[in-house]
Amino acid sequence: MTANQATVAHQVMWNRLISIVEEQAQALIRTAFSTSVREAGDLSAGVYDAKGRMLAQAVTGTPGHVNSMAESVRHFIRRIGVDQIYPGDIYITNDPWEGTGHLHDITVVTPVFYDDALVGYFACTAHVVDIGGRGFGADAASVFEEGLRIPIMKLAERGTVDQAFIQLVRCNVREPDQVVGDIYALATCNDIGERRLTAMLAEYGATDLVAIAGYIFERSRAATCAAIAALPNAEADGTMVIDGYASPITLSVNVRIADDQVFCDYAGSSALDPKGINVPLVYTQAYSCYALKCAIAPEVPNNWASLAPFNVTAPADCILNAPDPAPVALRHAVGHMLPDTIFAALDQILPATVPAEGAGTLCNFNLSLRPVAGGGPRSEVLSFNSGGGGARPSLDGMNATAFPSGVMTMPVEATEHTGPVIIWRKELRPDSGGAGQYRGGLGQVMELEARAGYQFDLSAMFERVHYPARGRCGGKAGAPTVLERSDGTRLNGKGKQAVPAGQRVRMAFPGGGGYGDPPARDPAMVRQDLVRGYISAALARDTYGLSDATITQVLQRAVIDDSLD
Amino acid sequence: MTSADVRLGADIGGTFTDVVLAVGDTLYSTKKLTTYAAPEAAIVAGLLDVCAQADVLPAQISEIIHGTTLATNALIERSGAKTALITTDGFRDVIEMRTESRFEQYDLNLKLPDPLLARQHRYTVRERVAADGEVLLPLSADQLDALVESIAAGGYASVAVGFIHAYANPSHEQAVRDALVTRLPDLMVSLSSDVSSQMREYERFNTVVANAYVKPLMKSYLQRLAERLADAGATAPVYLMHSGGGIISLASAAEFPVRLVESGPAGGAVFAADIAARYDIDKALSFDMGGTTAKICLIDGKTPTTSRVFEVARTYRFKKGSGMPISIPVIDMVEIGAGGGSLATVDALQQIRVGPQSAGSEPGPACYGRGGEGPAVTDADLTLGRLDPDDFAGGSIALDSQAAAAALERAVAAPLDMDIETAAFGVAEVVDENMANAARMHAVENGEDLSDYTMIAFGGAAPLHAARLCEKLGVRRLLVPQGAGVGSAIGFLRAPFSFEATRSVFMPLADFDARAVAALLAELEREAIGFVRTCKTKAAIRASHKVYMRYAGQGWEIPVPLPQTFVDSPTAAHCQELFESVYRGLFSRTVTGAAIEMTVWAVNAATAVRPVEPVVAAPPGAVATAMGTRRLFDAASGAWVSAAVIRRDSLKTSDVVRGPAVITETETSIVVSSRHAAIAQADGCIDIHERREMDGQNP
Repeated sequence: MTANQATVAHQVMWNRLISIVEEQAQALIRTAFSTSVREAGDLSAGVYDAKGRMLAQAVTGTPGHVNSMAESVRHFIRRIGVDQIYPGDIYITNDPWEGTGHLHDITVVTPVFYDDALVGYFACTAHVVDIGGRGFGADAASVFEEGLRIPIMKLAERGTVDQAFIQLVRCNVREPDQVVGDIYALATCNDIGERRLTAMLAEYGATDLVAIAGYIFERSRAATCAAIAALPNAEADGTMVIDGYASPITLSVNVRIADDQVFCDYAGSSALDPKGINVPLVYTQAYSCYALKCAIAPEVPNNWASLAPFNVTAPADCILNAPDPAPVALRHAVGHMLPDTIFAALDQILPATVPAEGAGTLCNFNLSLRPVAGGGPRSEVLSFNSGGGGARPSLDGMNATAFPSGVMTMPVEATEHTGPVIIWRKELRPDSGGAGQYRGGLGQVMELEARAGYQFDLSAMFERVHYPARGRCGGKAGAPTVLERSDGTRLNGKGKQAVPAGQRVRMAFPGGGGYGDPPARDPAMVRQDLVRGYISAALARDTYGLSDATITQVLQRAVIDDSLD
Repeated sequence: MTSADVRLGADIGGTFTDVVLAVGDTLYSTKKLTTYAAPEAAIVAGLLDVCAQADVLPAQISEIIHGTTLATNALIERSGAKTALITTDGFRDVIEMRTESRFEQYDLNLKLPDPLLARQHRYTVRERVAADGEVLLPLSADQLDALVESIAAGGYASVAVGFIHAYANPSHEQAVRDALVTRLPDLMVSLSSDVSSQMREYERFNTVVANAYVKPLMKSYLQRLAERLADAGATAPVYLMHSGGGIISLASAAEFPVRLVESGPAGGAVFAADIAARYDIDKALSFDMGGTTAKICLIDGKTPTTSRVFEVARTYRFKKGSGMPISIPVIDMVEIGAGGGSLATVDALQQIRVGPQSAGSEPGPACYGRGGEGPAVTDADLTLGRLDPDDFAGGSIALDSQAAAAALERAVAAPLDMDIETAAFGVAEVVDENMANAARMHAVENGEDLSDYTMIAFGGAAPLHAARLCEKLGVRRLLVPQGAGVGSAIGFLRAPFSFEATRSVFMPLADFDARAVAALLAELEREAIGFVRTCKTKAAIRASHKVYMRYAGQGWEIPVPLPQTFVDSPTAAHCQELFESVYRGLFSRTVTGAAIEMTVWAVNAATAVRPVEPVVAAPPGAVATAMGTRRLFDAASGAWVSAAVIRRDSLKTSDVVRGPAVITETETSIVVSSRHAAIAQADGCIDIHERREMDGQNP
């Protein structure tokens, strides 16, 4: 093979590795029980070289695993010990600090042998339905209350599964069949990866991954560093205050671009929180890298070398560097706000690149429904929903679309099959997008009620009640989250709250911030918003200055004049 | 003149309209440019052309079977009728909010595709049905009256009605339809409970909206077509190919035009299935590569595998999630942006990327010399010696090798500092790898391993790439059938009459209700058979049944075929056994203790596939004489070799062509790699095997 042909072979092998981890992730999505895996894509899958450096990772629904899993495999190698790694072994952990940030994420790692030599690893992570403890929520005071903690250990040695371990898991979780099913699903998806990888080595006559790893790392590093080096050497601070659990939380970041590296430090952010919304550093790093990569080098696939130029730190005992044994179950509630915090800083270095603030944290809630008459089993209904995205420098924000998470919502019809609940409304929330030359994305409104004879507790996990998404460059803030019962009682953004039978809950999820001055908005776009009902006549007049005559004319012709849309 | 059975197949594609006339077993075909303003004109022209070739009169044609991309194009180009949606109060934005996710995670300037109907054309009415079909809120009569007036005032040609849980109780949707047609008799109305009676509001609403949106257009087109054909003397009944791989009556097609969207590719899959049946191949991989895309489909048991939802009109690099979901019975195909016209670039990572942008047929690849500047896959094929510059399209287009080389140099070789030939190899490898990855992913999703599959390749670019694809996939046998350029239209002639009826009825296995199951299957069977009967076929109709099942808690249902013994006397135990066996096949294990549930039921009624003339594969005979040799780059060995060049039409049954070789024909060439050897079959198929296997057969 000529050198040029070797380059072609490496290009093809890199594509192949990316395809292999996508297959690995697909297999997991199809077999996992956890709602958040299948609906939200809360999983990841990756392939590593023999040193534990990530070569490729599937692009799944959550950036939260971007480099938390990348780090994790090296912990496995260190804990297990290279001399204790055998063909047929499978390793497991859910340690928040050596895995992906909370006990609900189980990571499984499988070593790959080729011709009796250890050549690499496959790893995958999935969010399981239950891990014991208090159940999924922010109420624990320490990680010990949050459930079963599995240290890095062997799930199987030389092909034999540790049944004692399986028994231990079974008697510590609420849904033993599903959790154990998911553990096996994780192991199976690594097997698929292993088969494909060994076939690729055979096809290309390679004996290990050293050459292809070198190629991937060299190209990725070069492309990432070139993208960073094209930016000015500069630094800037960004700060965002969010609702938090009981008291507001300040997120502060300093972003510094130095030649071909980016440094990102969270000094000045709030201290640890008493509730389980603290974030282990790995998870802070994941969402920070995600935000930086979106803005700076979106085309470069994630791997050890493409992530290396992004250096993310946080002071000890900060909410973004939670130490063991801090409670961390809902680390996503704060983690999802990191991209907007980083964008606040990055906007000063890279004008006209990043969006205005958006809804950020997903608008998730859990309903625990039970018969009014007492007795009878409870039904648990988990729901994922999104607010509006921030407006972009030359585009409106996306309506009711998740960012930074890649969550998918569940169909209302499917949700109503899982428990005695009626969702009376789930539609866009007019006037909620922050005004601007480019409008923030609309949030959404949901209204729900238990079916006759049932009452429920609502576990709220919402943000942006007190601190709505801010606009950028003159754009206005999006509408805040508003939660109330049909009798007018306001509900809190976080925590479990009882809803008596016959009462509906109305939830208005936040809109994204606007970008640029509202008067600069193209009048045709204002008219279109009015025709579509994204904005009210009052807002069209008061904020965008449309005349009453125009408004009347537009509304009269809304469905018959296609030129208005 | 002849007394043999005469049937016509017509496929309207994006560029060409293919017409095939079958007189008994003899095929006559023609290609006409698609006439967008009046698509039926190309069909009539084609019909007259093939009738003349065969010396038959249009009146002798007994059946006309038609497939078309017109419905798909209307969805892609947003050129449908003025349409309104009427939906449940509180759910106005279902088709706009989609899944609330982004199909591309790293693009801050992502644009979501617009819904088919903008918000002002979506109307709501107070009504509500629960998941179990119970009416929670009766349809508001006052609101309905006002709504009907709004629709009248809005000047809509077509209305879609989609209510929450209408699959469980369609009475409110039906009441709305009745009120609409009473006041507006010319209005076309589509109900979600008729078009796609399946749970999941986004998919169902989007499907009914798509149906309503294309219905006026398709209805008038189909009427015009029937008239024009009759004017031309062809009075035979016209049937339509549907996306599920069967044919339905003109009336059903006009009512459910959304079922026509993938009819062309479905015809291709049926064509491959027919070849598989002739050669008695149980597991085949259909590979159709044209100018812009490649389509891959598994043919198991001589039948294309099917699915119940697919995505049309993808807007972002063919990316999953960037189009709109249509839930109808459909042949399960993956389509990727890889064709002869796909353009190659080098990205910031110094990686070669191919497609999905395509040079199309105008201006076409650089080598066409019509102003195309970017290097396309065809330019790489030419540079690698796979195409003859002087004998392409029967010599009608002289391919410009220098233009191809220059384009490759500029866009690939120079940025990567490599020679042009290696750059061409790189482009071909990347496009082949993209297709191989898509095929592998598709196989894994179906729990299949491709190494025991036979590939059936057709479409203009497929024979150039199929051998390499086989090497990458570990596929050991490749068939390149005759007539591959008009495969879809031939497929139409091989398709059975069929209709699949589906319904969402959620049932946990623990609450298995044998009577309800039997009644539901019987009802679906009646419905499906009823549609097939409208085709006035006298052939026997067979129903096949399946149910989609999962473990409680999973979001992904798998199709479980139900044997007649189950349909005759359904039991929970049998159902569980069937599910576990399919689940094990897919995921190599079952989950003990987990509850099982059933979600969607489907009955497909179909006439028997026309009996095929079995082909006994001819054994390898004498080595065919080459008309010359050509320099060919052999991908497997990574070296230039001297390849024999042989004309396809000079081959006699059993003739052997040992790779490396190129078998040439008018529109394309078949590459036989150094690892392969081909045997010419009596029906014109080129049957390609790994050389070492054939050498074993014939030492």
